[in-house]
Amino acid sequence: MALLQISEPGMFAAPHQHRLAVGIDLGTTNSLVATVRSGVTTVLPDEDGHGLLPSVVHYAADGTNVVGHAAQALQNRDPANTIVSVKRFMGRGLNDVADLASPYRFVDAPGMLQIKTAAGVKSPVEISADILRSLKTRAEAALGGELVGAVITVPAYFDDAQRQATKDAAKLAGLNVLRLLNEPTAAAIAYGLDNGAEGTYVIFDLGGGTFDVSILELTRGVFEVRATSGDTQLGGDDFDHRLYCWILEKSGLSGLNDQDARLLLTHAREAKEALTEHVSTRVSAILSDGRAVDLEIPAHCFHTMTSHLVQKTIMPVRKALRDAKLGIENIKGVVLVGGATRMPHLRHAVAEFFKQEPLTNLDPDKVVALGAAMQANVLAGNRGDDEWLLLDVIPLSLGLETMGGLTEKIIPRNSTIPTARAQEFTTFKDGQTAMAFHVLQGERELVADCRSLARFELRGIPPMVAGSARIRVTFQVDADGLLSVSAREQSTGVEASIVVKPSYGLSDEEISRMLTDSMQHAQDDKEARKLAEARVEAESILNAVRAALDADSQLLSEAERASIEAAIAALQTQTATSDAGAITAATEALNQASSDFAARRMDVAVQKGLSGHTVEEIG
Amino acid sequence: MIDFTQSHFALLGLPEVFALDLRELEQRYRASVTEHHPDRHAASDDATKRLSLQASTQINEAWQTLKSPLNRARYLLKLRGVDTQEDTNTAMPMDFLMNQMEWREAIEEACANQNLDRLEELSRELRGEIEAHESNLGALIDTEHNYTDAALAVRKLRFLEKLEEDISDAIETIMF
Repeated sequence: MALLQISEPGMFAAPHQHRLAVGIDLGTTNSLVATVRSGVTTVLPDEDGHGLLPSVVHYAADGTNVVGHAAQALQNRDPANTIVSVKRFMGRGLNDVADLASPYRFVDAPGMLQIKTAAGVKSPVEISADILRSLKTRAEAALGGELVGAVITVPAYFDDAQRQATKDAAKLAGLNVLRLLNEPTAAAIAYGLDNGAEGTYVIFDLGGGTFDVSILELTRGVFEVRATSGDTQLGGDDFDHRLYCWILEKSGLSGLNDQDARLLLTHAREAKEALTEHVSTRVSAILSDGRAVDLEIPAHCFHTMTSHLVQKTIMPVRKALRDAKLGIENIKGVVLVGGATRMPHLRHAVAEFFKQEPLTNLDPDKVVALGAAMQANVLAGNRGDDEWLLLDVIPLSLGLETMGGLTEKIIPRNSTIPTARAQEFTTFKDGQTAMAFHVLQGERELVADCRSLARFELRGIPPMVAGSARIRVTFQVDADGLLSVSAREQSTGVEASIVVKPSYGLSDEEISRMLTDSMQHAQDDKEARKLAEARVEAESILNAVRAALDADSQLLSEAERASIEAAIAALQTQTATSDAGAITAATEALNQASSDFAARRMDVAVQKGLSGHTVEEIG
Repeated sequence: MIDFTQSHFALLGLPEVFALDLRELEQRYRASVTEHHPDRHAASDDATKRLSLQASTQINEAWQTLKSPLNRARYLLKLRGVDTQEDTNTAMPMDFLMNQMEWREAIEEACANQNLDRLEELSRELRGEIEAHESNLGALIDTEHNYTDAALAVRKLRFLEKLEEDISDAIETIMF
């Protein structure tokens, strides 16, 4: 009997029909939606012809919301209920962003902060979903049908929590996520396919709130990311803020209310944009108390006050080059992405560093959305003649906590995804039946310096002697860059697994600190690692000798026993210190003091074994 | 779909030798990953998607293993049943240990003087030494089939790569 076929909802399109798919650039400042229609990739405009949708949502007391330009218009009047730059809060906890000056009423919540608005408490995921919903409606109206799916872009430097939050927002908006795509990679597709580029290219992406740099190799339709780096705490907003501070200083202002602060920030942003084309601009504003601000801002002044921000973009660039083992002479072109790369002094700095003029023949605001649309078109099954493939990487190393608060890296940063790596661990104590796993992301050696992604436990390990259980932990990172971890005891097959859904956020600042720290404190790390390792070693021998004394002290004379006890006491004293050398020496002393004892125990065990006892009884 | 039990060499259709043609390795990898990447199967059913995730994971693993000489040698020896004893066997010939100490001293001295040029120079010298060890390793495995010495050469190479990493870290520390 033939079975009837039922297709998945939203997947009803017949195989030969063009499937409607879009690429969405969910930006800090602006968002866009683009699609491929009859072979041409275009940004879809709203009814008024605007391509860019400001990433702003206003919540009203009657529970309704408006998104985009309409919300932006309400920003100065009602700053507390008009949410801008929500991307900065994605996957973040309250204390991660406590230092961000903003007019919002934050609410602490498990996993991610929330914001109190006139329309109720909203999480960043819900606010992002409102932006995505607006873009979905726009696309479906323009394309005249339901979308099969969307590719949504994220900063390459987004960690697991931020990626998950973005995916959740898309689901909430009713979008089928075909793929999360790294923004610089999306830009590389749009640029590469448009220009038939071959060779090694740098994508320099300075957006409203984040900075990403990726190095890609383009060969015969394969886009291979060689290395990626960045700073999730650096963007065009920081240039606005610097200018805003300068305006306050020059005008002798301080302690502004939310409305006035918002007003002057908006003026600062407009002045920054004006300085892209003019050698000077003027800021004129009247504050709510009637005071007037009227200042002339010459371009060179703006360039000087923000030169440290420009310099901050160069460090991740060097880092990525080092990771890719490339020099600037290997770079065929530098593609600029993100509205902030319009600033002339930034362009100049990039040109100077790479000793070549950057490529700017694509609109830096649109290139990410266009690339995402091209990828969406392919993933939806609308194959053209031009087939290509993306090979992307993970931005930060993934690992596990081991004894002594150390991180064991399982998958190093810049590994091509999808990827999986397994490592075996063992028990620390005799009879240990459970093991706790702590999954981490970051480059530093100490757990405290990395971002905690998740914790889970493996239970039901059969009791065995310390060191004899074999627990295989597998990390799998899928093509979206999302991690799942599983653990399995090899002899019994006891299993535990988790799709890493981080319960708590790490601030952008923390990520960039983690990265700089990992470079600056490589030495500290080594010292700390030595100390931690020495302590683990000490702890382990202390456990073993104590257990042996409990079981077999009759094998020792009073004097022998006393000398071992003395060595134990000496080692215990040393472990409390921070002197790795002294701990190791005391460990060695205890080892020496107890070596005869160990040999005697071994003899007895062998005799017992010969006389028919089981090994377990000896312990 | 692919056979998950075959070796990384067989997976990419390459001979099981240390001296691989690197350009061919890259071409085989790209062709293979292009065929099996999840992006090629995004519109397929869940089972196919899962298989393509596993297949491309395996292919990436093969690529990571074979493109690095150290990983490739270690893997080849493992295939031939030879344990490289990297965690257990710390015995090294005296001249190699002396040589290591000299390297360490040179790096430390350059670090103490914040001498970037010297570090870059050391890095280049070390690269030459690493490449010499690699070609020696190739001879031991491919022509002499002397796996005991090859295992020792792997352990030595690991020391040298660690040195290279340390120089790299030192350069970054000074630069940033």
